[in-house]
Amino acid sequence: MTEIPKEEMLLKCPSTCAGCGSLLALRYILKAAGKDTVLVIPACCNSVIQGVYPYMLHTVPVYNIAFAAAAACASGMSEALRAKGEKTNVIVYAGDGGTADIGIQALSGALERGEDFLYICYDNEAYGNTGMQRSGATPLGAITTTTPNGKTVNKKDLDRIVEAHNLPYQATACSSYPADIYNKVKKALSIPGPKFIHILAPCPPGWRIPSEKTVEIGKMAVKSGIWVLWEKEYDKFTVSAPSRAAMKRPVPVGEYLKAQGRFRKVDEKTAAVIQANVDKNLKKIALEAAQSEETE
Amino acid sequence: MSELIMSTGNKAVAAAVKMAKPLVVAAYPITPQTEIIESIADYVEAGDLKARYIPVESEHSAMTACIGASITGVRVFTATSSHGLLYMHEMLHWAAGARLPIVMGQVNRTLAPGWNIWAEHTDALSQRDTGWLQVYVSTVQEAYDATLMAFRIAEDNRVLLPVMINMDGFLLSHIMQPFEMTEPGDFIPPLDLPHKIDVNDPKGYGAMSPANVHYQFRFDMEKSMRASRTVINETEAEFAKRFGRSYAPVEEYFCDDADVIIVAMGTLGKEAEVAADLLRKEGIKAGVMRIRWLRPFPLDMNIKGKDLVVIDRDCSFGFGGVVAGEIQARYPDAKIASVIAGLGGQEVTYEDMAEFVRSRKMGTEFWFGIPQEEQ
Repeated sequence: MTEIPKEEMLLKCPSTCAGCGSLLALRYILKAAGKDTVLVIPACCNSVIQGVYPYMLHTVPVYNIAFAAAAACASGMSEALRAKGEKTNVIVYAGDGGTADIGIQALSGALERGEDFLYICYDNEAYGNTGMQRSGATPLGAITTTTPNGKTVNKKDLDRIVEAHNLPYQATACSSYPADIYNKVKKALSIPGPKFIHILAPCPPGWRIPSEKTVEIGKMAVKSGIWVLWEKEYDKFTVSAPSRAAMKRPVPVGEYLKAQGRFRKVDEKTAAVIQANVDKNLKKIALEAAQSEETE
Repeated sequence: MSELIMSTGNKAVAAAVKMAKPLVVAAYPITPQTEIIESIADYVEAGDLKARYIPVESEHSAMTACIGASITGVRVFTATSSHGLLYMHEMLHWAAGARLPIVMGQVNRTLAPGWNIWAEHTDALSQRDTGWLQVYVSTVQEAYDATLMAFRIAEDNRVLLPVMINMDGFLLSHIMQPFEMTEPGDFIPPLDLPHKIDVNDPKGYGAMSPANVHYQFRFDMEKSMRASRTVINETEAEFAKRFGRSYAPVEEYFCDDADVIIVAMGTLGKEAEVAADLLRKEGIKAGVMRIRWLRPFPLDMNIKGKDLVVIDRDCSFGFGGVVAGEIQARYPDAKIASVIAGLGGQEVTYEDMAEFVRSRKMGTEFWFGIPQEEQ
């Protein structure tokens, strides 16, 4: 059993929407990171939910920065701290738009240079802060304010793009599995160099789900296999326990789609494409896990 | 006594940076600035400068990495030019708004299209309103001296705003001149950033600031920009006292008895001195004012009753010369003949400048090289 510290690193009354997955994830990220941490936050929901000056939500320093700039800011911060001999964790907490779209150049640069920081993307699959416009991470079929009939192209495979940078540590997670998040952040921060964790974070208003369903929908994503929890430490690729169980008998993705208002315009044909994409990805992941085990 | 060495403007800036000992340098190459950051990379590799050199993937990231480093309380430097400066634009506002004393070497170069690598001031002037102090230099020695002074001015707790040292592309960045590589000693005091990040005293930086506080932050910047005039004067006086080279925010050349004054920035402002000599031989009482600090803008130019021939190596389309316009705005009684000259590296000699004076039509704008009937 994972022992998670009882001390809360977030103060009360954040100005999130009810049932925010990104804040739930951050609660456990900060418990894992501890007080010797600086958060770097580009434009995203988490730049707004901190509250209004002079109040703050976090008990660690938070540096807000421009939309495209998170990874570069963390690079400078980490280099300066290391030059001073300080080991302070530098953690980026960015949305999917700030990571997969506008921030991807800075992210790629920082990963390639081998900067010592942890980049965490909380993925609510759209530009949530500006009112749910489609992002590169919006999945096929999802309604957003700029895809009123559902997105017609696939979600960008951010993890494969990041993986091409050969990081010492990379993982996926979901806000519905806090112990998994806690353990992954702990492990990531124990490894020098660039680390990346991609967290699926359900968004009740954006996904058009009741606010008490955040955890349940996240679990459905994992159980259907549309979101897979894994980690990669250097070349060792491991499927995490919740997904290992789910992959044995994945729930049809249709149930996940039907539970969310954003997929209400998905017809049978698109649903079949989504299912086929899930099946294909699960096969790829199973193969990668098996190959990684063989080379052990 | 420091040694006299031959150097380009770029290498002089890099040498000054080595003396100032920043802990982090983040930069991206662009012509004609690249020699600055190559020289710094060499210093770092050789161990002559104990700094982290971050070879970022863009200028946007160069300025951002400087911001991230600076807020930890360390001295930082970057350099850029032209399109690189424009690509930084968003982060220039962030750097100044975050009150970070970042110092940047900026080599003035034309903006495309079409591609053109030669000198023009439109790049830096289009960043006029970002909250950066801007100084324009005219010799290799001045590039070196201004860079040393920039760190002291930016880091002064009465200022805490970033400083941009502007140098004409090729005309100064690549020209070799002898200069004295003065050891600054304790001329630049250690940096003590009052708002640096501290995990034992966690604070939120740049959180949402509504209208009732935001204008106060901005007025605070304006107050610091005003205070920087004093800090610049003090710093330049102290520099003169210690090292024997004196500078003023506006350098004057035979202005006291002048009837007509050429006003320009950068290398044109230096070349104009030769034009004034020439004109005085012809019996025209000419002088030169070379504006060095454009931000903060000089408020004590002694121009009463004199004709000003303001040469702008820039243009604000639909308005005119930026410097001419700024002078007119701050000195409503100023009599100005505006000349747009030197765009895209167009050659402007002292003979040309003398002719601008001889044929000046006060209250008009003249584009050098364009036939009269098309003006």
